[in-house]
Amino acid sequence: MAQRVAITGVGVICAIGNTREEFACSLREGRCGIAGITLADISGFRFRNGAEVKGYQPERHFEPRQIDVIDRFAQFAAVAAREAVADAGIEWTDELRERCVIVTGACVGGQSTQDQGFWDLYKMGKPRVHPMTIPRTMANAGASYISMDLGLTGPAWTVSTACSSSNHAIGQAFRMVRSGDADLAIAGGSEATFSLGILKAWEAMRVVSADACRPFSKDRTGMTLGEGGAMLVLESLDRALARGAKVYCEITGFGMSADARHITQPSVDGPIRAMKMALRDASIDPEAIDYINAHGTGTQANDSTETAAIRQVFGEHANRLAVSSTKSAHGHALGAAGAIEAAATALAIRDGFIPPTVNYRVPDPACDLDVVPNESRPASIHCAMSNSFAFGGLNAVLVFHRCAD
Amino acid sequence: MPNNVTEEVLDVIAETQRIPREKVLFDSRFEELGMDSMDAVNILFALEEKFDITIPDEAAKQIRTIREMVDGVQRIVDAKAAL
Repeated sequence: MAQRVAITGVGVICAIGNTREEFACSLREGRCGIAGITLADISGFRFRNGAEVKGYQPERHFEPRQIDVIDRFAQFAAVAAREAVADAGIEWTDELRERCVIVTGACVGGQSTQDQGFWDLYKMGKPRVHPMTIPRTMANAGASYISMDLGLTGPAWTVSTACSSSNHAIGQAFRMVRSGDADLAIAGGSEATFSLGILKAWEAMRVVSADACRPFSKDRTGMTLGEGGAMLVLESLDRALARGAKVYCEITGFGMSADARHITQPSVDGPIRAMKMALRDASIDPEAIDYINAHGTGTQANDSTETAAIRQVFGEHANRLAVSSTKSAHGHALGAAGAIEAAATALAIRDGFIPPTVNYRVPDPACDLDVVPNESRPASIHCAMSNSFAFGGLNAVLVFHRCAD
Repeated sequence: MPNNVTEEVLDVIAETQRIPREKVLFDSRFEELGMDSMDAVNILFALEEKFDITIPDEAAKQIRTIREMVDGVQRIVDAKAAL
C-alpha cells in the first residue's frame, strides 16, 4: 500500500542562514544574501557578486583531518544532514540504519578541489596534484559522508541533473518511502561553486548578472551564483505520527520531463509536462495550489518562459497564485537549489507566510504573475509546488501539502 | 643515526597525520600510528613535495615502518644529489 510521505526534519546552510531557523527568519524578513564574492579573486570579471555562505567555520563541524579530505560541497551536505536528522529526532536502530536511503543532488560537486589541483599542475608547474583530489571531487562524496557520519547502511546515491539535481534527488527518495521500499530517507543537495575556473566558465555563458538576481523584474540581467546545502528527512506519515514526530508538511507529488530541444535554452513544453505530471501524481487539480516556489533564475529567458508555462498549466487560476523565486535571496545554488527551495517551501507552510521575490523593481508584462515582490506575506498555504528546470532541459517538480488537510 | 632527513620525515608524518610530533618515533610501525592506505598516500605526497622527489609506486608499496620510509627517502635524496 502506498504510504503518505511526511517531511519531519529540515537542515539548511546557505547565504541567508547557517541554520534552518536563521534561514526561515531571513526568508520571512526578505533578506538578500548576495554580496561581493570573497572566496575567489574575481578582479576583471564581468560580475562581482555571489551568494556565499557567510562566516562558515569548517572546524566547528569537522575534525582537522576530515577537513583535509572533504570538499566544501560535501561538508555542506553533512552539516545540513546532521541538522535535519537532529530536527527529526530520529532514534537509530540497526534495522532503521539499513532501511534509510540517502539521495543527494550535486551539479558541480567537488570541482573546486579539482580546479585548485589543476591550477597547481598547469599554472604553477607542479609535477603532482594532491592525492585526495579524486575522493574530494567525486559528486557522491556528500552522500558518502552522510552515510559514514550517521552509520547508515541502506541504499545511497547521487543524482546530477544540473540545476534540477536535488529536486530529482528528493523526488526519488519520496518515491522510495511512498512505495515502502524505505522507512526513512535523507534527501537534498549541496554545492560549493566559488572557485576561479568555475566562475570563469559561468561568466563565459553570459547568464550571470553583473549585480544581483532580480527574478521576474523587467530589468533583470541574469542569475547570481550561490552555494550551500539543504537536506530533508522523509518518512511515512504513519510512522511519523506513531512516534509523535512533528510534521512540516507532506510531499504528495513528483513530476519529471525532458525538453528534448536545446542544451541551454528553456522551453515551455517540458516544464508544462513536469508540472502536470506532479499534479497528477498528487491527485489534485491545478486550482489546489496556493504557492509556487519558482525556478525563477533571473535570466530573461527563464522567467518569461516559466511564466508562460505556469499560465498554460494553471489557466485562470494563475491570476490567484502566489509565485516567488527565493533564488533572489539565496542565489542559484545549482545542485543544491531544489533542496534549499524545498526547505523554504516546507518552512513557509509551517510558519504561514509566502517568501518574497527580493530585488524586484519593474513589472514585466512577460512575467505578469503575483511574484510577491520584496516583502513576505502572511498566508496559510495548503498546497505548494516547487519547480526546478535544468540546463540540458531536464525538469523536476515537487508538490507539498500541509498535513492537516 | 638519525639525521636531518629523519627529522624532516618525522615532521611531515606528524603534520600530515595531525598527531603530536613526539608520538612519531623512528621505530614506529604505521599501524601503531593508526595509519591506513589513504594516510600513506597523503604522506607520500607530502614527502614528494617537501623533498622535491618522486617516490616510485613499487618502492612505496614495500614500506611498512617509518625507518623504511626514512631510508627510502634518504636513498632518493642521495641519488638526486649525486646527479
